[in-house]
Amino acid sequence: MPIRIWDIPREEYFHSGHRLCPGCGAGIIMRHLSKALGGRGIIAHATGCVEVSTSYYPESSWRVPWIHVAFENAAAVASGIDAAVNALRRKGLLPKEKEIRVVAVAGDGGTFDIGFQALSGMLERGHDVLYVVYDNEAYMNTGIQRSGSTPFGAWTTTTPSGKSWAYGEWRPKYRKDLLFVAMAHNIPYYATINPAYITDLYEKIIKALSIKGPKLIHAYSPCPPGWRINDDDTIRVSKLAVLTGVWINLEYENGIVKVTTPVPKRKPVEEYLKIQGRFRHLTKEAVEIAQRLVDEYVERINKLVGKEVIGPVEK
Amino acid sequence: MKSSRKVEPLSGNYAVAYAVKSIDVDVISAYPITPQTTIVEKLAEFVANGELDAEYLHVESEHSAMSAAIGAAASGARVFTATSSQGLALMYETLFIASGMRLPIVMALVARALSAPINIWNDHSDLMASQDTGWVQLVSTNNQEAYDLTIMAYKLSEHSEVSLPTMVALDGYIQSHTIEPVQLEDEELVRKFVPKRKKEYVLDPEKPISMGNLGDPDWYYEFKVQQVEAMERAKRVFREINSEFKSLFNRSYEPFEVVYGDDADTILVVMGAHTGTFIKATKTARSEGIKVGIGILRMLRPFPDEVVKHLSQYDYVGVADKSIYFGSPSSSFLTSDITTALHLEGSNTRVATYIYGIGGRVLRLEDALFIIKNLWRISKRLEEYSKKPVFVGVRY
Repeated sequence: MPIRIWDIPREEYFHSGHRLCPGCGAGIIMRHLSKALGGRGIIAHATGCVEVSTSYYPESSWRVPWIHVAFENAAAVASGIDAAVNALRRKGLLPKEKEIRVVAVAGDGGTFDIGFQALSGMLERGHDVLYVVYDNEAYMNTGIQRSGSTPFGAWTTTTPSGKSWAYGEWRPKYRKDLLFVAMAHNIPYYATINPAYITDLYEKIIKALSIKGPKLIHAYSPCPPGWRINDDDTIRVSKLAVLTGVWINLEYENGIVKVTTPVPKRKPVEEYLKIQGRFRHLTKEAVEIAQRLVDEYVERINKLVGKEVIGPVEK
Repeated sequence: MKSSRKVEPLSGNYAVAYAVKSIDVDVISAYPITPQTTIVEKLAEFVANGELDAEYLHVESEHSAMSAAIGAAASGARVFTATSSQGLALMYETLFIASGMRLPIVMALVARALSAPINIWNDHSDLMASQDTGWVQLVSTNNQEAYDLTIMAYKLSEHSEVSLPTMVALDGYIQSHTIEPVQLEDEELVRKFVPKRKKEYVLDPEKPISMGNLGDPDWYYEFKVQQVEAMERAKRVFREINSEFKSLFNRSYEPFEVVYGDDADTILVVMGAHTGTFIKATKTARSEGIKVGIGILRMLRPFPDEVVKHLSQYDYVGVADKSIYFGSPSSSFLTSDITTALHLEGSNTRVATYIYGIGGRVLRLEDALFIIKNLWRISKRLEEYSKKPVFVGVRY
């Protein structure tokens, strides 16, 4: 039985009054992550938007134990917490029955780029940690600079379009795909989540927390100032990402990839691009390249799943 | 119960590993680097054999070694890690975070030169380059001290008035790979001396707290001044721990100890494993009427107050430093510290600098004798004092 909206607990563990921007996708993700964690978890947080916006001393938005150390090491810090919990429990210094779930949170900069090594180490060692990356597709905290997750053609402050850089500095390319990173590390669970599909999002977090071993969740996280969208377009753009195939809600479990939001007929990528200021400079030719990249990505996922779960573009 | 007290022939690295076992650490985060590696190898053996009940983390870098240590310490565990040279340099960012978050982490530093050129031999470049990181730094002169200071380090770090991480240094190869007899103490007694860490301010789902928050200009400064005060308190707490250690184990370590100082004409300040060589040299020089005391600096941070008390009675003193402080007035970290300390107390004592042992350059007994004689001649005004360092043993 899938989770319904009223199955999500009303109790809040992520306080209002934080300093995230209006319409921030990460806020929605953190709120639901902390609800799922309730009073049974510890969060290790990388430096980033959410960290600075929720921990402004002497305030904190977190009603779960929370630690921030640095930018590139959330996975390593979480590894240490996991080790401490194991040791203290074994030595009788923590009650044996006490449930403690360890979660690492980082943005795309802290995951795809500077934190990639620590993430790989944590996954490889098999820690009982859930790693959540809120992916707003650039270094938003420092003011919108390109990251290893920035999609083709997106304007950022370090990929402006100009005479020599028609689409930013871009050549046609894929973003790093964490699904294949997860597969390469043979972890028990990987999922993608999207704030427009909140019950799917919540269900996947709950499921991940119930699985022993390293888990990786990749969260789509719109950034209104960075993407040049309206504050109230967060959910609209999140939904369009799925409907155009730019983002695919899926799960990887026991070696099997399953798409949790099938899209029988896709909308053209242009519909997704045109509501975001960061793609405004794209020419017709660039939009075609963007469409081709999404087509290739969709084909790749369909092949993995073994059937056409994401359909062709609706003409 | 049979006492586990015994004397064993141990390398400095194994001595540290035995100390870590005896205080019953909970988490070890380990990454190999020469010449530190045999510490974490020995600890892996202890864990594999069931002699030590700890989680052993095979981290993928030193940066992650310190990050994991921070996470584990914040969760209430007693933590150990060890490193050297480039490893310490890679950790640099997280060293400040460990001290800023006031976590009682203990780390062994097997002192080694820094690249470039890459060099795996001993000097104090790594130790000195980390003296501003907010860590307590204890420097051992032999393997027994490495064992004892590691045990004392936990008690110091976990003391509620200190709550700072501690680095225990031992010299690469000269200690790390040299076997000496080491008195291992009864583990039960050691654990009585360093009881399990009190769990205050830790990550606990039942009492959620936030750690590592953003501190703006309204708050950051106060946290930093609290660190200054904790450093100051660490001097007194170390003395208390030292006297307790002495009453239990009959060995004690002054943060700054002078030997052959009573009738000396001057003092040479030294640090680390070459102390023995300098003591032997000064003994030899005495047959020629050359009287130089040896001042052994065992606590680099916080800098002991006793240094000035001992040195200010002389017009000239010397410093033998195994590192180079590029571009500084004396090219020596130690000279900078000691000169500042003297000057702040109104002393006009002048400090002669001898740089030696860089990148593992051998300090022969003749070299140590040269330093001692040269310093003595300066103190007797038979030789002109120079503020410039003497690069002992350099080949041009």
